[in-house]
Amino acid sequence: MTDDKTSPSRRAFLKGAAMTGAGLAAGQAAAATPDPLITEVQPWASGLGDGVDATPYGLPIEHEADVIRRNVEWLTADTISSINFTPIHALDGTITPQGCAFERHHSGAIELRKEDYRLMINGLVDRPLVFSYADLERFPRQNHVYFCECAANTGMEWAGAQLNGAQFTHGMIHNMEYTGVPLRMILEEAGLGAAGDLADKWVYVEGADASSNGRSIPMEKALDDVLVAFKANGEALRKEHGYPVRLVVPGWEGNMWIKWLRRVEIMDGPVESREETSKYTDTLADGISRKWTWEMDAKSVITSPSPQAPITHGTGPLVISGLAWSGHGAITRVDVSKDGGKSWETARLAKPGEKMALTRFYLDTEWDGQEMLLQSRAIDETGYVQPTKAQLREVRGLNSIYHNNCIQTWWVRPNGEAENVEVS
Amino acid sequence: MSKYLKVATALVLLGSPAFADGFGLGRVALPEEIAAWDLDVSPDGTGLPPGSGDVLTGEEVFADKCAVCHGDFAEGVDNWPKLAGGWDTLADDDPLKTVGSYWPYLSTSWDYINRSMPFGDAQSLTADEVYAIVAYILYSNDLVDEDFVLSDETFTAFEMPNQDGFIIDDRIETEYSQWVREPCMENCKDSVEVTMRAMVLDVTPQEEVEASAPVAAAAPAPAVAEAVQVVALDPALIEQGEKVFRKCKACHQIGDGAKNRSGPILTGILGSPAGVVEGFRYSKALMEMAEDGLVWDEESLHAFLARPKSFMKGTKMTFAGLRSEDDLDAITAYLASFAE
Repeated sequence: MTDDKTSPSRRAFLKGAAMTGAGLAAGQAAAATPDPLITEVQPWASGLGDGVDATPYGLPIEHEADVIRRNVEWLTADTISSINFTPIHALDGTITPQGCAFERHHSGAIELRKEDYRLMINGLVDRPLVFSYADLERFPRQNHVYFCECAANTGMEWAGAQLNGAQFTHGMIHNMEYTGVPLRMILEEAGLGAAGDLADKWVYVEGADASSNGRSIPMEKALDDVLVAFKANGEALRKEHGYPVRLVVPGWEGNMWIKWLRRVEIMDGPVESREETSKYTDTLADGISRKWTWEMDAKSVITSPSPQAPITHGTGPLVISGLAWSGHGAITRVDVSKDGGKSWETARLAKPGEKMALTRFYLDTEWDGQEMLLQSRAIDETGYVQPTKAQLREVRGLNSIYHNNCIQTWWVRPNGEAENVEVS
Repeated sequence: MSKYLKVATALVLLGSPAFADGFGLGRVALPEEIAAWDLDVSPDGTGLPPGSGDVLTGEEVFADKCAVCHGDFAEGVDNWPKLAGGWDTLADDDPLKTVGSYWPYLSTSWDYINRSMPFGDAQSLTADEVYAIVAYILYSNDLVDEDFVLSDETFTAFEMPNQDGFIIDDRIETEYSQWVREPCMENCKDSVEVTMRAMVLDVTPQEEVEASAPVAAAAPAPAVAEAVQVVALDPALIEQGEKVFRKCKACHQIGDGAKNRSGPILTGILGSPAGVVEGFRYSKALMEMAEDGLVWDEESLHAFLARPKSFMKGTKMTFAGLRSEDDLDAITAYLASFAE
């Protein structure tokens, strides 16, 4: 699979970047000698490439082998109950390819065949039901693009600048187009009459894996936009994302997006499961903890330049690019600062923001070769402005772990390298 | 087709459970099926099966099934969760969140242990064992005396210390009200200084060039199997070893269909060079010893399993070690009974 060309280490890569960064002037210069890549007939222009069946299911070309999920080993006890990170520094657009979309498991990614799949609806329903996978495909279905962000994304940055790369600071996120059935339709198939007044009811959703990761969701959300999804980006979900069926809970923390969904129970109150009490609760400075912090607030990050994506082309035209999102609706505006927040300019959104989906922004600019303290600031349709780390700390202290949506700073040096820093 | 569309639209528009007939999809769940899956337990005790367990029984079960990761006293091994201690630390710089110091409801630990523990062998505990383990965890947190018995009847009377330590999400009042405003665009601050740098901490993973090379290819397995004196396969000893192996099961599989988990497959380990299980990412420490020629024979396995961390400084194996010689002999016999 891999050839013996070893990819250069990140440090070596950065060194290379430093060399090319120096001395290149803006403007169109003449080449000293003709480029042999143009003047000589290249093997690929003369011989033949692969036939159509060389890769029945294609993977990225080997030259992109560094665009992969990465893990931070010291974060967790082992890789079975752990998390890895989407290489957002190397992606563009908004859709995350499934193969490099971050994974979070509590008991490992299980293998569950469609034939062995069952979904049970029970509790306060008129008739408890069991659905097969084939049954789910017979409901009217919908397509929606949504981001899924782990509540712990950027969680290692509460106490200070720690991990040096957008992949590690902001990579617990992906954005896919889901195909599925509204949970509402499936619940109504079982009948909600038995539940009486729906206003104070909950649904408890759980997965089929050994972790039995279960979360309680208020009925209002369950009947609003929650999706029982079986396809992502047009194809079956990957094993690591819950094949064959996962829950999609738009705008809410990723832990609620139950993978290998096997049961939905209509209940009088929340179960107060492990994942909604001992974890995914946010401890404030006074030791009191917030619970039920489900929505992901507006957030953004510059993906390039960034520590893993330094500027390698010297001065002149520079595309500053990043991602913005909000669990409260659409992103309406993103501002970018090059001076650590003294002054801001409004970036260009690649497309108008869509509700609970990633938005790509660009600032098409000129780089003068001076150092920059790059920041981005997202604003969503509610008017909420992404806060600074200082603002967040003032309200929450340093021990919330979850829901860190602070403004991120990259210190870009004259040689094009970037570093994760905090500024005053 | 058009019928489906109409129904779908009507559901969305009416927003009421008026369509009792629905699509007629799925089938009615049988009581036995619901009983098998509907295991969750609520704070008021709903869902608890009858049963009971005391602290001392819990200590035994815990030592056997939980201590490998959580420590004999629930103090946690390595990065595995600490279940005890942390009292009065929630407002500290470095709060220690344990069952005793943080978890608001007792039902949560019962429910989680019952459905998801032990790690790698979930849903294998009896109800009485779960009651006993929970009783022991309370004891290890100094919340009950050693004669405490937890049962479905005494359950709801117990209140956790941090029960009132939680508030419902108040971001609307404390944050959104402040942060919904037209933001500053010019002269937003006088000066900007870098106050903290990630490079100083230097905890970001670096690319490991060797990680892409298959581990097995690095060390062609020398033909050592015949040189190893395999212990005589005593069936009674093997049976005893199978019991000891329960301590290993959370991380290791052995025999037909075994897969790598937190630890590598152990089939055929006796007589095998170290570090050759395909697809398993070993610690640097193990690979260094493998390069120096470590072979898992009776002697090296004994030494490793007796005191893993002193035998191999830097091993990924979190196991504290087997103290009894009998257990060491038994586990070796059990492992030897699974030849490749």
